[in-house]
Amino acid sequence: MDLEFTEEELAFRDEVRSFLKAKLPADVAQAVAYGKELEKEQILRWQAILNEKGWVATTWPKEYGGPGWTAVERHIFSEECALNNAPRMPPFGLNMLGPVLIKFGSEQQKAEILPRIIDGTDWWCQGYSEPGAGSDLASLKTKAVRDGDDYIVNGQKTWTTLGQHANKIFCLVRTDSEVKPQAGISFLLVDLDTPGVEMRPIRLLDGGYEVNEVFFTDARVPVANLVGEENQGWTIAKYLLTHERTNIAGIGFSTKDLERFHELAGEVIRDGRLIADNPAYAARAAELEADLEALRITNLRMLAKTKDGAAGGVESSLLKLKGTQIRQELQDLYRSALGPEAAPVADDLSENELTIPPESARAAPVYFNHRKLSIFGGANEIQRNIVAKELFRG
Amino acid sequence: MDFNLSEDHQMLSDTLRRFLADNYEIETRNEAAYTAPYHSPEMWESLAGLGTVGAFITEETGGFGGTAEDVSVVFEEMGRALSAEPMLGALMGLRLLADFGQDKIVEAIVGGEARCALAVYEPRVAFDLDHIEATARQDGDQWKLQGRKSAIYGAPGADHVLVVARTDQGLGVFLTTTPPLISAAMIDGGGIADLVMDDLAAECLSADARTQIEDALDLGRIALCAEAVGAASHLIDLTVDYMKQRQQFGRSISSFQALQHRVVDMLVDLEQARSITIAAVAAFGTPDQARKVSMAKNLIGRAGRHISEEAIQLHGGIGMTWEYPGAHYAKRLVMIDHQLGDRTDHLQRIILPTDEASDGQ
Repeated sequence: MDLEFTEEELAFRDEVRSFLKAKLPADVAQAVAYGKELEKEQILRWQAILNEKGWVATTWPKEYGGPGWTAVERHIFSEECALNNAPRMPPFGLNMLGPVLIKFGSEQQKAEILPRIIDGTDWWCQGYSEPGAGSDLASLKTKAVRDGDDYIVNGQKTWTTLGQHANKIFCLVRTDSEVKPQAGISFLLVDLDTPGVEMRPIRLLDGGYEVNEVFFTDARVPVANLVGEENQGWTIAKYLLTHERTNIAGIGFSTKDLERFHELAGEVIRDGRLIADNPAYAARAAELEADLEALRITNLRMLAKTKDGAAGGVESSLLKLKGTQIRQELQDLYRSALGPEAAPVADDLSENELTIPPESARAAPVYFNHRKLSIFGGANEIQRNIVAKELFRG
Repeated sequence: MDFNLSEDHQMLSDTLRRFLADNYEIETRNEAAYTAPYHSPEMWESLAGLGTVGAFITEETGGFGGTAEDVSVVFEEMGRALSAEPMLGALMGLRLLADFGQDKIVEAIVGGEARCALAVYEPRVAFDLDHIEATARQDGDQWKLQGRKSAIYGAPGADHVLVVARTDQGLGVFLTTTPPLISAAMIDGGGIADLVMDDLAAECLSADARTQIEDALDLGRIALCAEAVGAASHLIDLTVDYMKQRQQFGRSISSFQALQHRVVDMLVDLEQARSITIAAVAAFGTPDQARKVSMAKNLIGRAGRHISEEAIQLHGGIGMTWEYPGAHYAKRLVMIDHQLGDRTDHLQRIILPTDEASDGQ
């Protein structure tokens, strides 16, 4: 048994580290450290820097402009990004639509769309969920009815993450209502400029605008924008979800958060002593550290098991379950350690005049925002269903 | 990165699994586990014959292994079969005997002809090497031991009991042969003994052996973690099988989502337990040893209790019966937390690095 990275992998890690050190803009790293919503310009600026290095489409094969990394290299890259406060690139074009087009798209779709994803010309968002179809995607109702060379689309999508920055959306739409629910779904690409498409922001409990709802009213979408075949959408959606779940354990984020807690614990005094010397906090942190260390190994074990890095259903579900529990618990620990300082919401953190440091002022909003982790990408209950199905098979 | 067992380890693991599956039914096990000497001497000889005990020490000291991975491979299979054989005591005792060059005794133990155990803990000062009260004093060319030892794992029927006692140089290790033991079965099977020493004659293996004792104990903890992984894995298998068969309200209880999700959470804990054991195995012999071993023992304590309690609950009344094998696995998993430091003791060791904790001792 060998738990260590190879020489080549360690050299790769060093390369990633020095790249991040040299190239990650300070304002971007600071916004990430503060848990702020990034501006579109900041994300695109970082994407341009990554693009220059050829490190944008991390999950794509070389022939389509990806770096051709192994699953372990991708893992190392995302860990280092998290540890250095590099923003996570929005996954919609890069990790979701890209791999789908590479597998199911026409040659023309690949040639036209993929380069524009890499260079940031197009910002894609995801139209999967609907008000009545969250984790139960098969019950979606948005309809696309064939009319000559167009589909006429009617319906509503919701929880469209970062849709406010996007110019394109990929959607699951119902193209056949007569067959069983999974069989009548298609995968459609829609320009957000199309007449009859309207995006509205949804304000979340932390005060931020991260998600949107999208309304389709007789929107005409060319049939040429269909990916794969009509009614093949369910197969495509399932393929896409396995890609969505790469880096799902979030080890880097949790490692960073634990580090952040220990820094805070060495500074904040409660009940006459540093939090670091408070046995109740020390105990919570120590057990979380043991959980995280185990998950780190679990993640590596599962990476070693899946050669192409697209983790199978059961593995990625286990990682999502435990990974999100640990991340949520760490946010709770940090928030709780701050005491009364966790309350304020400063408008502009970089220039705030509060005596509370900006990263502390964001602790409670970030905690509340992190409740989403066990809900999105298939709620944790759905992950349990996936594992249970395998466990009780036959 | 490579998480596969080496060919040799895979072979050892397969051999043990097959042998125990064929020769160690739960009824046989329970009979041996609760009747003095609380294990099966014939089974012990057979297991030793398969190289099981020899795997605990290096070739140079008379064994065939000696790495933490060798130990974990053996103990995972012991856990899967719910072995009540006194492997833990043998492991820790044998390490110290090998450390201090007791070649003859080592040979007899590796061959299955003799058995040993390690006496560390004392009444009311469990798991705390800093507060050992038993003392050893030199009396001419002999040593005499004074004090009490409790919960000596696997001691009933042991030929050699190694005793940890204070000397003027630190913590010493002393060899006693057929000492006066007071034996009992443990709740989860297997034997335990107390030892009252009133000028008990002993041979001094080392008058200052703190480091070697710590290592033997840490390796024992790794063994317990691996044993828990094997036991938990089997207990979850039993639970899944039972749930598929058991009918309630006209359907198998495995079709109820609320119950399915609870088994999945047990499985998550098992994967985590396996991973942290791997981490502890890898850290053995490195500066990270104490901390990683404690992280493992702490997590295993939590996971073991969770998996056991859920398994009993999911079995309903059946899970409460002596008759049902799973109940004995559940007991063992919970009681592993009571051996060599529980989740709280080890939490303390994670929080306070051992170097600091043992300073000035």
